[in-house]
Amino acid sequence: MRNAELVIIGGGPAGMCAAVSAYNAGARDILVIERDSDLGGILRQCIHNGFGLHRFKEELTGPEYAYKCETELKKFPIDVWCNTIVTDISKDKIITAMSSERGVEKIQAKAIILAMGCRERPRGALNIPGTRPAGIFSAGTAQKYVNMMGYMPGKNVVILGSGDIGLIMARRMTLEGAKVHAVCEVMPYSGGLARNIEQCLNDFDIPLYLSHTVTDIHGTDRIEGVTVSQVDEKMQPIKGTEMYIECDTLLLSVGLIPENELSKSAGLTLDSITRGCRVDQSRQTEIEGVFACGNVLHVHDLADFVSEEGEVAGESAAKYILGKTNTVKCNINVTTDGKVRYSVPQKITDTSEDIKLYYRVSQVFDNVTVFAEADGEIIVKQKKVKVVPGEMQYIVIKKDTLKKDAKELKIYIDKA
Amino acid sequence: MNRELTCIVCPMGCRLTVELDGKEVVSVSGNTCKRGEVYAKSECTNPVRVITTTVRTKNGKILPVKTDKPVPKELMADCMKVINGLCPDCNGEFSMGKIICENILDTGANIVVAGK
Repeated sequence: MRNAELVIIGGGPAGMCAAVSAYNAGARDILVIERDSDLGGILRQCIHNGFGLHRFKEELTGPEYAYKCETELKKFPIDVWCNTIVTDISKDKIITAMSSERGVEKIQAKAIILAMGCRERPRGALNIPGTRPAGIFSAGTAQKYVNMMGYMPGKNVVILGSGDIGLIMARRMTLEGAKVHAVCEVMPYSGGLARNIEQCLNDFDIPLYLSHTVTDIHGTDRIEGVTVSQVDEKMQPIKGTEMYIECDTLLLSVGLIPENELSKSAGLTLDSITRGCRVDQSRQTEIEGVFACGNVLHVHDLADFVSEEGEVAGESAAKYILGKTNTVKCNINVTTDGKVRYSVPQKITDTSEDIKLYYRVSQVFDNVTVFAEADGEIIVKQKKVKVVPGEMQYIVIKKDTLKKDAKELKIYIDKA
Repeated sequence: MNRELTCIVCPMGCRLTVELDGKEVVSVSGNTCKRGEVYAKSECTNPVRVITTTVRTKNGKILPVKTDKPVPKELMADCMKVINGLCPDCNGEFSMGKIICENILDTGANIVVAGK
């Protein structure tokens, strides 16, 4: 069995940035395992621009962003295994990896960083009635077909879900000559960025139907059309609002789920809301020496934030390996009020440095204040003109403002 | 006359209000940075977009490409036609940023490689 100080599972932006940051923080024997043929993760198929404004101060395409991360990584003697899939992680940090080149191999790691990213919710998770014809794709699958393999999935398209991938694909399919007839969103607001509504839908006069969903799928061999209905506040279809849209392709952009099968095999429990591991401010999970970052931890909107989180996890893993980790100084649970749907990290064990708490809200709120309250005492207030579920927010808890003996840090929203 | 816009310069997506006198931009409000004002003026006089797409190379590979500067919005479909007709052959060597089509449709923008 091979040994490695640090094994990073996943070579997307989280994994690559974690590797570089771990190296810079003193870790040496680092191995990145990637199941695809190349580093970059999902960025490789995200050929649109808009990446990297925070991190690189320029507007990059996904592959350009990935290339920058990879170029940085290759400056250091960091091992990378592509075409290799990890099938198991044990509690004592033994990783089982498999590739056609090496066969099945076990690696004993001192520390592990989970950076497996997320995957799309499939049709099966939606319970859409109707037939099971060909021509129904998740938006990301269609994106891979068009952008990496050069195939067009269809010519007449309906998109269910207005998350960013759905919006980006509406534009992409249109540019490649398809007609996108509608984007339907069950919620009364879009889950995507406002800029994407503008440049992906409005630029091409693609209608966005809010509070609408697909209530029937027609066709036997190939999809022939969908029935779209308006929904009420309880998201129930309203009788009499049905409209039939002819199409040969239905794309689903209905949410992303962190890919945590390996985390579960290691015995980690998942947060019921983020569907990722529960971590502290260093991104350490419930198992000492196992860290998580990027979309496997919670779904991010921007690759920039994924990279940033990768760096936090990388540095923490290096400190752990070098025995520089401070012993637990406190044990503060971070809680939310429901209006704030979740926050990451979920736990604070060290207050000696500034802590950036990411959070997401459950619905659209105008003119509100976000509070961070430690055991009944408000320590940070943040005014917001508008917060929407599609845009992750963060609040900074300055070092030493949180008492070490605090039990609970509550993040909640109230009127301004 | 006022025109409402959503800024597309960064993920914040500021709501912009542009005060117009005919085609002249009188003022821009709602922006939180200077780039928003520049965007609003351009959007009301000469709207432009960066095109990102792919080309198939001579050896059959799919290569991400983009315009190295924004092109007029109304030329997007025509640019796509030109780009889809490209079939670059650089002996399999495509370095990031390499120009594969100069000054597309006289826009002053080049089509450059934007991926591996």
